[in-house]
Amino acid sequence: MLALYIVTLVLVVLSLVVDSTKTAVGIRLGLKKFQKILPSFLKLLIFVAVVLFFSEGLISEYLGQDNLLLGILTGLTLGSVTMMPGFISYPLAGVLVEKGVAYMVVASFVTSLMMVGVLTYPIEKSYFGVRATLARNLTSLVIAVIISLAIGLFYGEI
Amino acid sequence: MKLTKAQQNYLIFLLFIAFLGLSFLFKYEPGVRMGHNFILFATDMLLILPPAFVLIGLFDVWAKREVIERHFGEDSGLRGYLWAILLAATTVGGALVALPVANALYHKGARYAMVLAYVSAAALVMIPMTIMEATILGPSFTVVRLVVSLPLVIISSLLLEKFLLRSGYLLPAEK
Repeated sequence: MLALYIVTLVLVVLSLVVDSTKTAVGIRLGLKKFQKILPSFLKLLIFVAVVLFFSEGLISEYLGQDNLLLGILTGLTLGSVTMMPGFISYPLAGVLVEKGVAYMVVASFVTSLMMVGVLTYPIEKSYFGVRATLARNLTSLVIAVIISLAIGLFYGEI
Repeated sequence: MKLTKAQQNYLIFLLFIAFLGLSFLFKYEPGVRMGHNFILFATDMLLILPPAFVLIGLFDVWAKREVIERHFGEDSGLRGYLWAILLAATTVGGALVALPVANALYHKGARYAMVLAYVSAAALVMIPMTIMEATILGPSFTVVRLVVSLPLVIISSLLLEKFLLRSGYLLPAEK
């Protein structure tokens, strides 16, 4: 996080030295873009808080079931519809593994969590349009399945 | 009075904040738990987004179209992927940052395959995430995942590119 601020600061200063008007235009442009997605982003934050509240129990309860296929399907579903930062999701994944949840189920969950975004759909749509957003998310779901299978093969779970 | 979509969202947000505030005040358990998640996630993202967008703005004014076309355009092959994946690996903030960056790249002349490879890679190979994953789930989990991911990133980007080009699709421009 600090690194991001340092890099940004250094680049802004560099940019200012080379051309101050261009820099001002660039910063204004960036902040305008930020301002444009801010309302959708704030709404997303609410969704994330609410969905996490209802899914936290579900995640540890349903991913740990004996049926691998159901576990993976649940992992993919919960991973797609929820969203959480890495510093929450990986510790959670660690807890799941300790509880004996199969690695491939954990993989299906963390991969779809990062790649498939139902909650981010309105935001993704404004950058990618409907068609590309749907195509990308569907493809990502397939990728999550393949990764999960590969992990399962590696750990001898299937 | 008719509110715009953005104003509605701000209003909903303020109401939610008020709900969380009251929950904390009256120790309403579900609200408090929601609030903790909310604060964690919100501060994380709200700190990342402003500098990220400043960088996107600077990219817009400084990055020359020819340079982007050369590295990420029609004739960029494996090297383009290398750049896209390296850029993705160092992107912070997940999809919320990767999507506007991808859009900006596209409008500077990057081809679909590179834009899509970048977005997928930003989800799969971000360095801070990968390190955390390896620490918690074990290095072999991460290595297997990465080895399987990278070819998939490239193959899927080519398939998606084909699909989007066939329908003559254009990514929306930022107004």
